[in-house]
Amino acid sequence: MSDSHPMADVAPEPGVRKPDPVLVANNLQRSFGGLQAVDIDHLEVQRHTVTSLIGPNGAGKTTLFNLLTGFDTPDFGEWHLNGGPLVGIAAFQVARRGMVRTFQLTRSLARLTVMDNMLVAAKDNKGEGLWGALTGGWHATEQANEDRATELLERFGLEHMANEFAGGLSGGQRKLLEMARALMMNPEVVMLDEPMAGVNPALTQSLLTHITGLRDAGKTVVFVEHDMDVVQEISDWVVVMAEGRVIAEGPPEAIAKNRAVIDAYLGEHHGEAAT
Amino acid sequence: MDWGSIFIDGILATIGPVTAAYAISAIGLNLQFGYAGLLNFGHVAFMLVGAYGMAITVDFGGPLWLGIIIGILVAMLLGFLLGLPTLRLRADYLAITTIAAAEAIRLVVRSSWAEPLTNGVFGIQGFADSFFSLNPFPPAELYGIGSLVVTGRKLWVMIVGWTIAALFVFVVHRLMKSPWGRVIKAIREDEDATTSLGKNVFAYKLQALMIGGAIGGVAGMILAIDQQNVTPDAYLPQITFILYVIVILGGAGTILGPIVGAVVFQFLFFTIDALMVNAQADIGWVGDLLTPAAAGQVKLVLVGLGMMVLMVFRPQGILGSREEALIDER
Ligand SMILES: Nc1ncnc2c1ncn2[C@@H]1O[C@H](COP(=O)(O)OP(=O)(O)O)[C@@H](O)[C@H]1O
Ligand SMILES: [Mg+2]
Repeated sequence: MSDSHPMADVAPEPGVRKPDPVLVANNLQRSFGGLQAVDIDHLEVQRHTVTSLIGPNGAGKTTLFNLLTGFDTPDFGEWHLNGGPLVGIAAFQVARRGMVRTFQLTRSLARLTVMDNMLVAAKDNKGEGLWGALTGGWHATEQANEDRATELLERFGLEHMANEFAGGLSGGQRKLLEMARALMMNPEVVMLDEPMAGVNPALTQSLLTHITGLRDAGKTVVFVEHDMDVVQEISDWVVVMAEGRVIAEGPPEAIAKNRAVIDAYLGEHHGEAAT
Repeated sequence: MDWGSIFIDGILATIGPVTAAYAISAIGLNLQFGYAGLLNFGHVAFMLVGAYGMAITVDFGGPLWLGIIIGILVAMLLGFLLGLPTLRLRADYLAITTIAAAEAIRLVVRSSWAEPLTNGVFGIQGFADSFFSLNPFPPAELYGIGSLVVTGRKLWVMIVGWTIAALFVFVVHRLMKSPWGRVIKAIREDEDATTSLGKNVFAYKLQALMIGGAIGGVAGMILAIDQQNVTPDAYLPQITFILYVIVILGGAGTILGPIVGAVVFQFLFFTIDALMVNAQADIGWVGDLLTPAAAGQVKLVLVGLGMMVLMVFRPQGILGSREEALIDER
């Protein structure tokens, strides 16, 4: 990042305010039985960035995603998208408001074709209502959606699979499809839960290009990743979680040197590697 | 043994109004189970409330057309009431609720305190006179070729029944080829994924349950009209079981599966029936062994065996696609 970037002046400390946050969470808490899975005082995500969310297994990253996108309900707390409160908003509504998530375990719609996977994600098709379905008049929208889907599939290298069942794709191709499908909704914020997991190394680089491409296209990307090299390479900002809390945040270079992070997270791996 | 008459009896039962009613009911169940993945184990209840909604309306002096509308509305209301508390929960809640509700409804309908409305175990008769007054065929006349004949009365119910079946095939086809149908199939594959794409999964499931229920209600009405009779004990849980057999046999989630399933099932079922009746008469020891009650059981055992064979050799049903069946759900 260049020094003129708006994030250049943001201090690398947990809960720090950012110049133009698209997503803000306050005092967000979720426990399972006695286990405090998420306990966040304050967190902001800067618009038009790739923000990585890292932390050891069980740190609460997926739970945080679930809370923010309405797939789970917090015990306490509130959060906003573009200033609009999201407390009590159903998951499908959150998606329609422009914050779309993918899943850690890929969820392709197996017995739908790749093209249908894409089309089902398109917004505002009047044929999706019962009345519209029976009376017709949705074919023009459908054609426009198909064109857009084809473009996206081409970008993700899946166009030759358009008429195959999604269940027949490889694991990596399904990750790609899930990402392309999310983009069909024209989201403002894209939340990717471990998009690289299980993807073969040959595909990783193209996935990374897609992620930075999203930011360059004016979207905000929050993504969970384990590989520190990957995080260093593409993040504008890194948020580190451990035991439900945000223990550090900052630009990737600062995070790599952060003592608390090395202890809580990197220490494990680096320690293992050293012995 | 008279093979000719066995075959003819089988065919007559297969093309008759009962098969049409089963096919229609299966179209409704196929929408719910085959396409939307909803485990409705009380489909017979939709048939019951449809038939009773119609019969009671006429019994209280209303016209038949109003009874039909009320029957459809009551079936949709039942779908709404069953779906509202369960469809946000895991799939098995709907299964348990529907199976219990179906029996509860039948028991309430036959109870003595519902008698003022339903006439209890005796049911309601003679509500379809105005339907038969529209019959263009002389009711006692025989139509057909050779010994394959039906009365004009039967023919009228058959024509109406199969026409309605064709109409519902068309409607479901149109729905499932539309973006609405695509969302329904997506929900069957993965509810969370579909939610993440901004679809109101609950509303879609409720719609599928209600529409499928309304179609089941119409099927109940056709059965009732054919017999000019509704009694609670015609709506036993095994009807739902038979409907599942029909849907799976024909191919769940296929447009024509319910029709093919109903026709094949009824043909086999009634041919076996006629076969056993013949055997009882012709072969002494078979007659001694197969009392009428035992024959009924044996038929169901044969159906179960047939289903097992089908599941082994063609799990996708007659019309289902093998490719689709082979996709493992990950
Ligand atoms: N539905 C649940 N029920 C009980 N415990 C859960 C549930 N979901 C997550 N947890 C627990 O919450 C903690 C955080 O999990 P998760 O958010 O999946 O972590 P991460 O994605 O960072 O690996 C873990 O200890 C996990 O076992
Ligand atoms: Mg996780």
